Amino acid sequence: MNQQLPTNGLPEGQQLPEDLKKNVFLTTVDNVYNWGRARSMWPMMFGLACCAIEMIAVQAARFDLSRFGMEIMRASPRQADLMIVSGTVSKKMLPNIVRLYNQMPEPKYVLAMGACATSGGPFKEGYNVVSGIDKFIPVDVYVPGCPPTPEALLYGLMRVHEKVFKQSVKTAPWYRKDQLNEPVPQPVLGPDLYNPKDREALKKIAEAAQAANQG
Amino acid sequence: MTAETIATAQATAAASHPYNEVVPGAVLEATKTGLVVSPDRIVELARYLRDEQGYDYCSMVTSIDWPQYFEVVYYLYGAATPKDALVLRVRLTDKANPVMPSLTSVWRGADFQEREVYDLMGVRFEGHPNLRRILLWEGFEGHPLRKDYKEPYFEEESKPFKSRHPDGAHQWAEDRVPWKDNVSYPVGWDPDLWRSPEVQYRRIMGVDEATGNGDGLRTERILVNMGPQHPSTHGVFRMVIAVEGENVVGLEPEMGYLHRCHEKIGERNTYIMNIAFTDRLDYVSSMSNNLGYVLAVEKLMGLQVPERAEYIRVIMAELTRIISHLIAVGFLFNDLGAYFTPALYGMRERELILDLFEAAAGSRMMCNYMRFGGVMADLPAGWVERARNLVWNRLPKVMEDFENLLSGNEIFQSRTHGVGVLTAAEAINYSMSGPMLRASGVPYDVRRAEPYSIYDRFEFDVCSRPEGDVWARFRVRMDEIYQSLRILKQALDGLPEGPIMPPGKKQYQVRVPAGEAYARIEGPKGELGFFVVSDGKPNPYRYHVRAPTFINLTSLEKMTLGHKIADAVVILGAVDIVLGEVDR
Ligand code: SF4
Repeated sequence: MNQQLPTNGLPEGQQLPEDLKKNVFLTTVDNVYNWGRARSMWPMMFGLACCAIEMIAVQAARFDLSRFGMEIMRASPRQADLMIVSGTVSKKMLPNIVRLYNQMPEPKYVLAMGACATSGGPFKEGYNVVSGIDKFIPVDVYVPGCPPTPEALLYGLMRVHEKVFKQSVKTAPWYRKDQLNEPVPQPVLGPDLYNPKDREALKKIAEAAQAANQG
Repeated sequence: MTAETIATAQATAAASHPYNEVVPGAVLEATKTGLVVSPDRIVELARYLRDEQGYDYCSMVTSIDWPQYFEVVYYLYGAATPKDALVLRVRLTDKANPVMPSLTSVWRGADFQEREVYDLMGVRFEGHPNLRRILLWEGFEGHPLRKDYKEPYFEEESKPFKSRHPDGAHQWAEDRVPWKDNVSYPVGWDPDLWRSPEVQYRRIMGVDEATGNGDGLRTERILVNMGPQHPSTHGVFRMVIAVEGENVVGLEPEMGYLHRCHEKIGERNTYIMNIAFTDRLDYVSSMSNNLGYVLAVEKLMGLQVPERAEYIRVIMAELTRIISHLIAVGFLFNDLGAYFTPALYGMRERELILDLFEAAAGSRMMCNYMRFGGVMADLPAGWVERARNLVWNRLPKVMEDFENLLSGNEIFQSRTHGVGVLTAAEAINYSMSGPMLRASGVPYDVRRAEPYSIYDRFEFDVCSRPEGDVWARFRVRMDEIYQSLRILKQALDGLPEGPIMPPGKKQYQVRVPAGEAYARIEGPKGELGFFVVSDGKPNPYRYHVRAPTFINLTSLEKMTLGHKIADAVVILGAVDIVLGEVDR
């Protein structure tokens, strides 16, 4: 990413001093900006199920997440850049997860760790299990496995970094007034989990039922 | 004989039951699987059993949905003086409105379990102090463990599904269902009119139910909510704490944020499919879970396990105990503010043991290793040497490090002595198990009280301490690691050659005769029980897990009352919960 400062073509006597040559780099704003973001990405300290144990293993001695500048796990969503959804998302927990996601400041990323967070996994048929967190919040990287090995999670995290490097300050939505991110609509625990996207259809059925009652 | 004469014969046989002389009319029938008890007299009988007969420990409460009636089952043991199981069964024939008296006044340990039965089966317990849903949320429609309950993704009563087997055609579950998702709404439900029933926490707020405390407000009490997303709740656990100043005056655990419908899915699965699901209960100790489940099914099938497999099972179970205790100790320090370093040490050793698991089972965490009658695969070459190195050389040194660095720590000492005390009598009454029970001075260990597998062959001490506080729980866990090492040494030395499965063809579809079995093992976190009812079909009719940490949480409020709110975190840490098992 670094380019050697061009010195040729400078008038005689104006050559750059030797020590300066080794210390000045030219690069793009994007590169520096993304480099900084990718190398200090703080995940949220937030474990859901079995996968969380492997997430902790990634943090621990053998796999050592600090090599990526990610050892600081933040317990508060307001200080976190990355949400690792590590485990089964239950219906009872889902409203909390969506709220946490909405509380995270932009730029934010979501990594769905394991079969459960991706699709419901082995528990998909369960009456209290959400079939994949991506039905509610946008996911950047999926890591398959049950649980994914720590190596797999590390690979997934590197893919998040890759994604960061592809973004540009100029087009980043979080700096643009016209693309302000709306918060994700909050699901509600009704007789079953209520997904706000079903509202129109539900209203229609309810109205029809009411009409039938009166008629 | 006609049905009537049979009924009369049974009634007369039961009428002469010795318990009926003390509590007339209590025992309706004495069956092979326990005493059928009249719901009207059960509280009296329970009191008598607890006070006079020594059945002081209510181990498990569960329920079965039979076509004609609901059956609530209580498994009783003696803890102060070990006694064999006594099973009380209550049959509630009014299927529309099943009600029976609560036994929480006799055994406090029945508290959460009765709430679970209420939540999932819809049996109401009269006189229960706090009867509301525990795993699902207030307002949820239906009682999922009833046989007539169908999940939104329901396809067939039992697996393997005809659509998949044997052709393997697969269709997305989402494409089959009306809402394209795992939800179902009652017909005509209007989301805009819906108001979630609010939980009031009136009990812990000290609101008098009758008068409402005049204006209904006590300004000095504050509700503090911890979790479900909180760094020290070990997952998605939530505590609602009422505080006056810094002091805890009331606490209510809220769980179910990881309720994964283990039992309902388990009843649709074939027997062998469930082994993989038990891994995911207490996900730090999957090998123990495997063991408990296969023991229960083996009891029903009457299988003989080859010697070598028995030894391998014990080795795996004890290695698991070491992992679990190391992590428990590490995270207890985490909760006390020794941020992550002790846990890091625990995790480091865990990796070495997981390497052994991976070599034997093919997977680090979700081992899925035990099978009915044996284990899945033999130990690979060099495995025993690696295990020996770990058990003889490495782990004792690690324990030395732990003792030097942690046990003597002054802050740790002052934060744990005298905190969260449970007396022996309380611990038994609250159905505590495992290290929690033994730390209260009750030397009760299932490996001794009711030896399973080949534990009767090994020499080991049952670790217990009289104090009953957080310190004692820490100490018991540490001591148990030494005892596990002791057992491991004997087992590794005695490991015989031979087959690992009983002779015969490998089967995917096991035949389990009709009947009922309850197998309990001394899991790392306490008494882990599996309750399986078979009706002879390929999948269990009823499948229930007695999760030790779920029941150990019953006493959380008792232990925390009067302490500072910061101690609540430590006390919870010493219970050593794993949410996969608490919520199932
Ligand atoms: S993907 Fe597997 S390991 Fe991960 S949370 Fe789900 S069941 Fe547990």
